[in-house]
Amino acid sequence: MATGGAGEMIGQVFSWLTDSAHWRDTPLDTGITTQLLAHIKFSLIAVGIAGAIALPLGLFIGHTRRATFLVAGANALRSLPSVGLLVLLTVMIAPHFHGRTDVGFVIPTEIVLVLLAIPPILSNTYAGVDNVSPAVTDAARGMGMRGRQILFGVELPCSLPLIFSGIRSATLQVIATATIASFVPLGGLGRFIYDGLQQQDYPQMIGGGVLVAALALTADMLLALIQRLVVSRGISGRFSKSGGAAADAVDAAITRAEVAPV
Amino acid sequence: MIRFESASKTYPDGTVAVDALDLVAPSGQITVLVGPSGCGKTTSLRMINRMIDATGGRILLDDQDVAKVEPAQLRRGIGYVIQHAGLFPHRTIIDNIASVPLMLGTSKKEARAGAMDLLDRVGLDQKFARRYPAQLSGGQQQRVGVARALAADPPVMLMDEPFSAVDPVVREQLQDEFLRLQSDLGKTIVFVTHDIDEAIKLGDQVAVLRVGGHLAQMATPAELLSNPVDDFVANFVGRDRGYRALGFEAVGQLPLEPEPTVSLESSFAEASKVATDGWVLVLDAGRHPQGWLAIADGPSAGSDSIDRGRLRRGGTVASVDGTYRAVLDAALSSPTGRGVVVGHDGTFAGTLNATQVVALIESRAGAAS
Repeated sequence: MATGGAGEMIGQVFSWLTDSAHWRDTPLDTGITTQLLAHIKFSLIAVGIAGAIALPLGLFIGHTRRATFLVAGANALRSLPSVGLLVLLTVMIAPHFHGRTDVGFVIPTEIVLVLLAIPPILSNTYAGVDNVSPAVTDAARGMGMRGRQILFGVELPCSLPLIFSGIRSATLQVIATATIASFVPLGGLGRFIYDGLQQQDYPQMIGGGVLVAALALTADMLLALIQRLVVSRGISGRFSKSGGAAADAVDAAITRAEVAPV
Repeated sequence: MIRFESASKTYPDGTVAVDALDLVAPSGQITVLVGPSGCGKTTSLRMINRMIDATGGRILLDDQDVAKVEPAQLRRGIGYVIQHAGLFPHRTIIDNIASVPLMLGTSKKEARAGAMDLLDRVGLDQKFARRYPAQLSGGQQQRVGVARALAADPPVMLMDEPFSAVDPVVREQLQDEFLRLQSDLGKTIVFVTHDIDEAIKLGDQVAVLRVGGHLAQMATPAELLSNPVDDFVANFVGRDRGYRALGFEAVGQLPLEPEPTVSLESSFAEASKVATDGWVLVLDAGRHPQGWLAIADGPSAGSDSIDRGRLRRGGTVASVDGTYRAVLDAALSSPTGRGVVVGHDGTFAGTLNATQVVALIESRAGAAS
């Protein structure tokens, strides 16, 4: 495509996105706002269910070092083709629901998204707990902490950075893949991509893609913010600057004391 | 008191880590378990707080069989220090130290106040309280590890190679402070190391274990050096035994010789005037020895001042109440053959040569026989 064509296309996408009529619902068309909320809802449910399954499981496997084969098994799920699985599940499930309900389509979609979100959360949670220094857990046990205290008081806080990175990568994948909800007749931002493709309305199709990307980035930033608040500075290494300067002076003094000849 | 009564540990695959160990660690003393790797010293230590359960015999802690106490409960009454400190990376130093008291239900305020005192005790500035383990050096982390083990004031401490992961200079300082701390606290300590020098320096008594978990000899350090029970112990204790044994006795009164000295600010001409045998000892303004100046080296380029860069700093410095070993080492390491001795405040006291030190050692041996 010539440069002029590309520039023109960007302009058209921009005006499609900024046309307030596209954001409102009309009797004929569902607007961006509604589809955006639907997309967020699908994604939240999927990440929520995946987290509820994978987090406790990962903590358990990491803490007990038992059933580690489950982590490898979950990773194998990653190779499932999402669209193919969605079609298969829809064919199996949708006929059981009749009347004015879309549950028959929502369940297959959520299953696909949950299966997609479990592996990163599970393997990162497991890896996080597994990576806690043996000296740290040994010391915890040696001072009389019980299993539960070690898990929640030591192993969990120490593995939070890896757990968060698992949740963030799951969230990104789910938001990107939730577009396939529109492949079975459901809403979400995928609607614009599929409709745009079918109607050869490329500004609408690209606009939908841009919205998905923007949503994914926003969600990631939000999670990064939460991570910053939740993870101990002792682990993230974000030590306060003011304390740091004074700290260096003390460090120097101590080092001198340690090295001074007797 | 900790008593091993033919305590054994055999693993399911038949490996014997500890074989019918009989051993008593008396109250208020440091008992060091030392031996080559695979001798079962760490296993023995960990059987005391049931990190590993004995498979035979029993271990009594103040006449109570540890096997009859619930492990977590048992461990809360025993301080535990390990090689890499194992500090909790997500907690500040103060909260690390307060871990056990908090677990035992002490109020946060009280636990932190106690932790602050301990920070002092182990020689760390209070400014460290709010910092995290990752901001500390290995030696500093190990001090915090000791403070954390002391926090609930347990009568018994188990220490598993606590100083072996730090560099030699810091290690020596940690050892000295550990001894000073123990002379205040009088804990019952079982200490594991693979380093015979550390064992001899720290132990009130030393148990030498051989591979397979057998006790080879249990004795005071001086006795271990002078009278090893068999070839294994003799080999393990190593060479230089006679020399190292000198490290146990303070010399007492030293027949110090006066030595001409100059200050760092003196001119080179003054220095050459007072020098003996072409050497003069240089002190700083506080009369702390800085090094020997060889007159043959000449003054600083283009001036008549003393060139600090050319001072010979190789000699060790002994204290007036030092051991025979420290004083002899000072004499042997001095470029002039005259060992530098300082007073308690680190100021120069006098010199002594090797012949004089050896005469002292021989007169001591003569007096003993």
